[in-house]
Amino acid sequence: MDTDERVIDVRGLRRRYGPRGAGGFEAVRGLDFSVRRGELFALLGTNGAGKTSTVELLEGLDRPTEGTIGVLGHDPYGERAKVRPRIGVMLQEGGFPSELTVKETARMWGGCTSNCMPLGEALEFVGLTARENVRVKQLSGGEKRRLDLALAVLGKPEVLFLDEPTTGMDAEARNTTQQLVRELQQRGTTVLLTTHYLEEAEALADRLAIMRAGRIVTSGTPAEVTRSQPSRIRFTLPEGVEKWQLPASLGAAGEGREVRVSTDDLQSALTELMLWARQCGARLIDLDARTASLEEAFLDIAQTETAKEEAVALTGGRQREVV
Amino acid sequence: MTTIAGRMSALGRAEFTLLVRNRSAMFTALLVPPGLVLGARQMFDGMPMVREAGLSIGEMLMATGFGLVLTMAIYTTLVASYVTRREELVLKRLRTGEASDTQILASTALPVTVLGLAQVVLLLVAGVTLMDVGVPERPDLLLVGVLSGMLLTALLAAVTTIITRTVESAQITVMPVMMVTMVTSGMVTPLDALPGAVAEVCRFLPLTPAVQLVQGGLLGGMDALEVLRALGVTLAWTALAVFAVRRWFRWEPRR
Repeated sequence: MDTDERVIDVRGLRRRYGPRGAGGFEAVRGLDFSVRRGELFALLGTNGAGKTSTVELLEGLDRPTEGTIGVLGHDPYGERAKVRPRIGVMLQEGGFPSELTVKETARMWGGCTSNCMPLGEALEFVGLTARENVRVKQLSGGEKRRLDLALAVLGKPEVLFLDEPTTGMDAEARNTTQQLVRELQQRGTTVLLTTHYLEEAEALADRLAIMRAGRIVTSGTPAEVTRSQPSRIRFTLPEGVEKWQLPASLGAAGEGREVRVSTDDLQSALTELMLWARQCGARLIDLDARTASLEEAFLDIAQTETAKEEAVALTGGRQREVV
Repeated sequence: MTTIAGRMSALGRAEFTLLVRNRSAMFTALLVPPGLVLGARQMFDGMPMVREAGLSIGEMLMATGFGLVLTMAIYTTLVASYVTRREELVLKRLRTGEASDTQILASTALPVTVLGLAQVVLLLVAGVTLMDVGVPERPDLLLVGVLSGMLLTALLAAVTTIITRTVESAQITVMPVMMVTMVTSGMVTPLDALPGAVAEVCRFLPLTPAVQLVQGGLLGGMDALEVLRALGVTLAWTALAVFAVRRWFRWEPRR
């Protein structure tokens, strides 16, 4: 891969709040990833996974505790003046004086933006033209986010950082915004987006990384991430049939009469199960078989990691041997 | 590319619009200082210490008015502006843009400082034309006093936001600087009317030199050593305030 094409390059990134030791908190715990030109990269994770802490470092709002960041080949914190004219930023929330009108806000931001496009054009892009004389405090949550987006793209940035651009929007507004983001990407903008909506990441992202507790747990194209997860079969056994009778190769799990099977080869597992059921005349209750979705991949990753961490917490951080 | 002047004027213009729309800030910044100057005039009439210090009422009022512009028009208004912008995440959002930290803070202070300057000019004009204040003896010292005082006041406002969580708590956190300046800068009681040792201590407090330079610029009578000391003290406090802002200024609300 051509290194020039890596417009975002992150190596060994760590961010710590507060003092060293128990008093502090490490929000980002060693990230490595890169984003190529024109790509839309999504950082996915539950609240507190470290997405915003990461994006703020990429935007150059703070110096990393450890590790290096290259945005368009420069350090976004140390070489702020070189990077800023070429990037656009939409923070997770707010950031505009509530007593200014939409137009006044755009004018203020435009005065601080290189290669600023006509303000009317930017407001039209996000559909706020009719609201330009309305004060920011009177805008709906979705309108505020769209204003924020308009200002983030005012300077036709090469790289756009969007921190949860659709959080708090209704379904329709979210669709509109996703359409706008897609349009920007088609014009060649590199986009780094954080979200906790899986459908959003699946719909928009060329590649994504799922974060959990400050680390990237898995990454790849949406299809790759989904494919790395097993498919699932679920059903409840009828009376008179016991779990031990199931084919051992299925590796069935589950509580009581409920059975869960996870498999990398759904067709074979399902065939085997169906043949067995016909042979012993068992009628499986609530039979459900599905290929992994990104959502399942996400929940699976989040859950296993939680379980692991809880286990570590319970043993006081030390691994204890269980006999 | 945008220029420093372009960015500052865009941000300053927005800040000016916000100031005009904020009725209580406009009241504090525009009406309180002249009102208090008029009130002080009555008070000084009954105070022998002004005349004992060798000042006419008009001359004393110049110091009072300048002090009020610094503390009321600029300082308290600006603390509230900085805190409001921080709480609305405006400062954080601006930091993602092309303006530098210094430009963001300076442009926020710009409208209220210009307003303060206009008030000082009006005050001096009124002093010379309506009262018995003579034409400034040392306009250079007057100018240095006004400008250095305003710069330091703006910096003190930024420092004060470090201990100010909300706009409401600003009403309390501005008190120390307000009170100290009122009592010790010579704007209410002439330094010469205070006991010698107390006056000496006062001369080392942040805004005393600015008031002294303004008074000295108007009336003359400051020798080179006094001027140097005033400049030195102002410079020291300015450097200290810059250090504090760089080190501790909070760009976003506490969570």
